[in-house]
Amino acid sequence: MSALYILFCFVLVFLSFSISGMLAMWVDRKVTARLQFRIGPPWYQNFADFVKLYGKEVLIPEKANTFMFISAPFLGVIATTIAGTIILLVFTKQISFPADAILILYLLTIPSLAIILGGSASGNVLASVGISREMKLLLGYELPFACGLVISAVKSGATTSLGNILQFQQQNGMILGSFSGIIGFVIGILALQGKLGLVPFDLAEAEGELAGGALIEYSGILLGLFKLTRAILLITGPLFLISLYMGGVNIHSPLGIISGILKYLVVLVLFILIKNTNPRLRIDQTLRLFWGWLTLLGIVGIILAIAGW
Amino acid sequence: MNLKTKALKKSLWVYHMSGGSCNNCDIEILDCLTPRFDIERFGMVLVGSPRHADVLLCTGIVNKKCIERVKEVYKQTAKPCVVVAIGACACSGGMFRDGYQMGGPLDKIIPVDVYIPGCPPKPEAMIAGIVKVLEKLK
Repeated sequence: MSALYILFCFVLVFLSFSISGMLAMWVDRKVTARLQFRIGPPWYQNFADFVKLYGKEVLIPEKANTFMFISAPFLGVIATTIAGTIILLVFTKQISFPADAILILYLLTIPSLAIILGGSASGNVLASVGISREMKLLLGYELPFACGLVISAVKSGATTSLGNILQFQQQNGMILGSFSGIIGFVIGILALQGKLGLVPFDLAEAEGELAGGALIEYSGILLGLFKLTRAILLITGPLFLISLYMGGVNIHSPLGIISGILKYLVVLVLFILIKNTNPRLRIDQTLRLFWGWLTLLGIVGIILAIAGW
Repeated sequence: MNLKTKALKKSLWVYHMSGGSCNNCDIEILDCLTPRFDIERFGMVLVGSPRHADVLLCTGIVNKKCIERVKEVYKQTAKPCVVVAIGACACSGGMFRDGYQMGGPLDKIIPVDVYIPGCPPKPEAMIAGIVKVLEKLK
């Protein structure tokens, strides 16, 4: 496999994931609107938003660190796309190396880091409150998310290679079918909810009191790139969950692709349900949830996985 | 009309700025977001920061303390942006036009594109005003 081929895959993943991610965001907005007895935006809404942001002026605040301020949004887009590329190549069985699940775990941290870097470079007071919350949120959900990864790794015979985890699930059925698998899946859903900044954990962006939080000073295409990061993450994150607990997507057969899309929709519906039925948590409640209950649950899950349940 | 303008017309993000209003117009603006009127079906979203905004909705006489703030918010808004004066006060000063605190009306301070009179204007009137904004963007 040449470097050129990987570059081709990267571009392909970038285009397809951003388009499908924006459609998934539209599903989110539309379902939310229907739940509130509204009509909701048309299907092309997120594309129109992005093109509009592309056409807007980019303002760089006087106090900002210009280099960091401009480069942070690109960091997020690139990291999520690389994670998506690795997952896609694992699905097509072209690449799999030891501990690539841990690599993806790291890469999925970078979008939050990009928000923290961008927010702190903008030199705004409200942005600094936003990034302090984002930082605590990041510290919060990483611990249970890692526990969830360990559950999947232990279940599939002490391996952190995504290819091996998928192979195990092809032979023995999906990990979600066991008790520890269900625990891992619940933790993964909640941690991804935090990563995506969806409602119970949207305290870093808090439109109400922080006026956009860490993104307050961003305008034009740089804000659009943050939206794009979120769109790509809305595909990459659930795909990672699907490959950890739900047996991945078999892209070699049409039936496999259809079942993969159904699996994705199940995860998306869970996100939207949690988003629409919960109010925002305070930062102390968030940390208590992640470091308290979910980490305990994760440890119980690991013990169950070791016991073979 | 190029693609960018077309996209702008489909996704107007609204920032709501109060220049010393009595809060009546502000409540009517929030009414536009309720299920009855639901401006999100036209792609309009209320945003929290002027950097994200395409439309500035200004309410109230701009009182003397507010003049500098209004100018600053207008400077901070990413262009192209549209300024809408909402309510009798922002359009002309209304019943406060002879008051000692009167610094406005709004079009003395920043360029205004659309005026929506009323005390307060109905949400229908605001939506009609926004349609005029869309025509102006052509």
